[in-house]
Amino acid sequence: MNYHWDWGIFFKSTGIGQEIYLHWFITGLGWTVALSLSGWLIAMLLGTVLGVLRTLPQRSLSAIGTAYVNLFRNVPLLVQLFVWYFIVPDYLPEPIQTWFKQGLKPEISGFISVVACLGLFTAARVCEQVRTGIQALPRGQINAALALGLNPWKTYRHVLLPQAFRIIIPPLTSEFLNIFKNSSVASLIGLMDLLAQTKQTAEFTANLFEAFTLATLIYFTLNMSLMLMMRWLEKRVKVPGLISLGGK
Amino acid sequence: MIRFNKVNKWFGRDHHVLKNITLEVKQGEVVVVCGPSGSGKSTLIRTINQLEPVNDGVIIVDGITITDPKTNINKVREEVGFVFQHFNLYPHLTVLENITLAPIQVRKMEKAAAEQLGVELLERVGLLNKKDVYPAQLSGGQQQRVAIARGLAMRPKVMLFDEPTSALDPEMIGEVLKVMQDLAESGMTMVVVTHEMGFAREVSDRVIFLDHGEILEDAKPEDFFTNPQHERAKQFLRQILAPMHQ
Repeated sequence: MNYHWDWGIFFKSTGIGQEIYLHWFITGLGWTVALSLSGWLIAMLLGTVLGVLRTLPQRSLSAIGTAYVNLFRNVPLLVQLFVWYFIVPDYLPEPIQTWFKQGLKPEISGFISVVACLGLFTAARVCEQVRTGIQALPRGQINAALALGLNPWKTYRHVLLPQAFRIIIPPLTSEFLNIFKNSSVASLIGLMDLLAQTKQTAEFTANLFEAFTLATLIYFTLNMSLMLMMRWLEKRVKVPGLISLGGK
Repeated sequence: MIRFNKVNKWFGRDHHVLKNITLEVKQGEVVVVCGPSGSGKSTLIRTINQLEPVNDGVIIVDGITITDPKTNINKVREEVGFVFQHFNLYPHLTVLENITLAPIQVRKMEKAAAEQLGVELLERVGLLNKKDVYPAQLSGGQQQRVAIARGLAMRPKVMLFDEPTSALDPEMIGEVLKVMQDLAESGMTMVVVTHEMGFAREVSDRVIFLDHGEILEDAKPEDFFTNPQHERAKQFLRQILAPMHQ
């Protein structure tokens, strides 16, 4: 193969002001991080609420959680994105619709669509983990809380959830990394995230291999750091003397 | 303090676990409930704070009809301490936090006051030096003493014990019984499900013998041990006080 490798291209001017190609990667990374963290915030809040709902004795409440999980886990992420970006805005009530389509900058309305998509999709997965975390706890924990007069809300808040979250840190880590990788769907609706900037650099410079090598390295380093951070968190919240919370 | 009137409970359709239970426990009384396994004694004690709902009959605790669906059961549970066979301490909280959680969250006590109370209770059960460790770092007997302190922190009017020493190694049973004996002597109303016949004989005011969901004996310990009325009770006592142990 007759490919001319040139690692210097990242420092060449893009032809727009003082900008070099590396700047594109940096702003792209910024969008990727912003999309993923905002989506994660939604996923954690909504996923926790739904996960708790699925463990409640009231059938109608747990059915809400089950229906949500089935809907959002069985439709491809990309289909969900197109729904949020192309279809849902058309069905918004009037003043909001005009504001969303015309009042907002295109990258902001795109950002909102992608964050909604990532957040709601990942919430279904977080929900399942929160549910299993709670169900892994011994029945005696609920009984002990009830016997002391704690109401259901306080039982979850002080007794069940702190233990459930400790159990599910490892699978949650994997969801947390997934949302960063899944955020690359943003490039398909024209949002200039890390992947979109990489493609653009490849097209402008014809240095396709260098551009994608750098993108790979950035995604890899980012996710490795997140993984190490979660490991640190897991150690930090570990309960002394306790190996596993499961059991009787 | 506690009154059962014709209480019935079924598991499923066929298994009649509590049959026409009528029973009264007076303030300050220590009542031991014993009987063979499967006789319904754990179910009986759990109905007193509605960890097990009943199908039929009336239970009144401290003047409140807890079998009435309109009763806020949490209000009754605040007044009734419960000690479990498997301790059920909260593993993610320190010993002191285990004790102060309910007083702070349910009784709305100030944190400092709750901690002061926790320290006093830990002193009473002889574990003040363990206040900042986690349950998994304690022995079974120590965990059960913390669980008793946790129940007492709500300043309950009644304490219920569901086989409190059954999950313990033999050398740790004594330390838990000692705490329970002190508690009985302080005038606490107690209902204790146990196989510890020494405790029944020396500490309790009454012994109730349950078999197949029915109360067969309800007697003072001296009468129960020397002159049981029912054949099933005689057989039970023969087995549990086997000559090898005499």
